[in-house]
Parts: sequence; structure tokens; C-alpha cells
Amino acid sequence: MTKLAQWLFGLTLFLSIWMAILKDLSPIKVTNDNIFWIYLIPVAFVAIFGVVSLLIIIYRVATFNNCDDAAKELTKEINQAKKDLEVKGFKFK
Amino acid sequence: MNEPKYSIILPTYNESENLPLIIWLIIKHMENENFEVIIVDDNSPDGTTQVAKELQKIYGDEKIVVTGREKKLGLGSAYIHGIKFAKGDFVVIMDADLSHHPKFIKQFIRHQKENDYDIVTGTRYAGDGGVHGWNIKRKAISRTANYVTQVLLRPGVSDLTGSFRLYKKRVLEKLVQSCISKGYVFQMEMMVRANQFGFSVGEVPISFVDRQFGESKLGGNEIFQFLKGLLYLFATT
Repeated sequence: MTKLAQWLFGLTLFLSIWMAILKDLSPIKVTNDNIFWIYLIPVAFVAIFGVVSLLIIIYRVATFNNCDDAAKELTKEINQAKKDLEVKGFKFK
Repeated sequence: MNEPKYSIILPTYNESENLPLIIWLIIKHMENENFEVIIVDDNSPDGTTQVAKELQKIYGDEKIVVTGREKKLGLGSAYIHGIKFAKGDFVVIMDADLSHHPKFIKQFIRHQKENDYDIVTGTRYAGDGGVHGWNIKRKAISRTANYVTQVLLRPGVSDLTGSFRLYKKRVLEKLVQSCISKGYVFQMEMMVRANQFGFSVGEVPISFVDRQFGESKLGGNEIFQFLKGLLYLFATT
């Protein structure tokens, strides 16, 4: 099963359950009090997923290592390399 | 003595300034390992091939193999070309622009031996890994693209678009043959297909030092191509 098929399967499953509740085919009885909330279930899922995703991404951007030491070390090694290569007879342009 | 041999494939295009430096770094950090470097230069106008031959004179043709093609072709075909010359049991692929530091190759080798991995990939997104030289915008795009990919493809690997990896030779051969994408998506497809074929993949955190300051390679077109590739993999794997 491709990833697309997996998602479609999950989506269909979710929508079937939701429609069943909405059409009063489940043990949860639809009343004037709760129908608004039942309508809101898919929206809530999308919203929660969006907010959690955003928080995860913000956290990861904020904690993305800058590797300043690695850059310094590389600059140092480049200078050593240039000197050593010239000693070995390599001509830099 | 039955030490495995490692073939490091360096595809180059206009890397005449960086090539001597990356070779020097590889020689330094691969001390005591059985290895060779295969430079695949696509007839760079800046004379990268001549530089490669100079380096071959210094370090010997056991260590440095120089080859190439008439004109610039895709990365996948550069790997295929390089593999033909590889005498090693393992192939390391890396960029020649100094963003990938050869000191990590020994860590890849150690990690591969521990669990007999088919592939070890460097990762910028886990552990001590990271990137130098990216501003907040670039980091945000990168992290977002990575997150969306993780959610949609669940590849079991944290860095899909990196190109610093160690492969068993036959594994790389098989993967390159089954991957058709270009650019960033090619690296991504390699990992997704590896997962599909059931190859085991280990990860080693790496620091990626981006020295191409200023000019960002990540434009609108790259993002569009990336999304297109992502959807292609989403629908087909």
C-alpha cells in the first residue's frame, strides 16, 4: 500500500465514523446541544494537528545547532592544507 | 588482514579551488584506513580535472582515481560512473564543496561495523548534527520541508536530503538503478527506496558547514521541484 493509499484509508475510516455519529447511527445520540460540537470534530483535528506541527517546527528551528566550532576548525584546517600542499609542490591559482 | 576497502566518490563541477582542500582533508582524516578517492569531474570549465591530476601526482594513483564525463550529467549517473572504478566493498559519497567534513567518515565506518548496516547516512537534524551559515529563514524552510516529509513518507531516517552517506557497494548499485528523481529529491528517493527494499540504515550526526555565503541556492523553483518530488514519492511508495 502506498503512503497515499494509507492516508486515504485513514481518512475514509475517520469520515465514516464521523458520518455515522452525525446520522445518529452510533450510540452517541445527536441532540440540539451537541450537534455543533459533532460538526466541529474534523475542524478540531485539523487545528490541533496544525498547532502541534507549528510548535514542533518552531522548537526545531530554535534548537538547530549552529556548528560555529566546526566552521572555525574547518577554516584552521584549510589554512594548514594550503601550506602543506604548497610544500608538497601543489600550485594554487 | 582482511580490512574492507572504502571508495570515496567525489562528483565535481567547477571545484578547482575546493578539490585540493577536500583531498587533503580526506587523506588526513582517513589515516590507517584502506581507501581510494574517485573524482568524477564533468569536464568543468575551471579546470578541475587538471587540478585532480596534479593531486594524483602528489598522492599517487592508488589513492586518487581521476575520471569524468564529456559534459555535466545528473548526480545519479555520476555515482554509476564512479562505481565502475570503485575497488572497495563500501562506497562513500560526499560533496566536494567542503560542506561535508571527511572526519565523519571514520564515524560512519565505525557505526556501520557495529550493526552491519547497509547504509549509514549523515544527519544534520539529529543529535549533535547541525548547519553552519544558514539564516533563520533558511533554517525554517529546511525544518518545515523535513517535517512535512517525515509526516507524509515516514522514512525512518531523519535527514533525507543530505548527500553524505556510506553504502555497501551492491546496495548503492541497486538503489541508483531504481531511483529516477533529480536534485534534492534524488537523495530523498534513495532513502525511501532503501526503506522499501528493507535495507538497514544507520545515522551519524554531522555538522554541515555551508561556505557559499550570501547567495542562497534555495529559490522558488527548488521548493516547487521538492514538493513535486515529495508528492511523487507519496503516491508511488
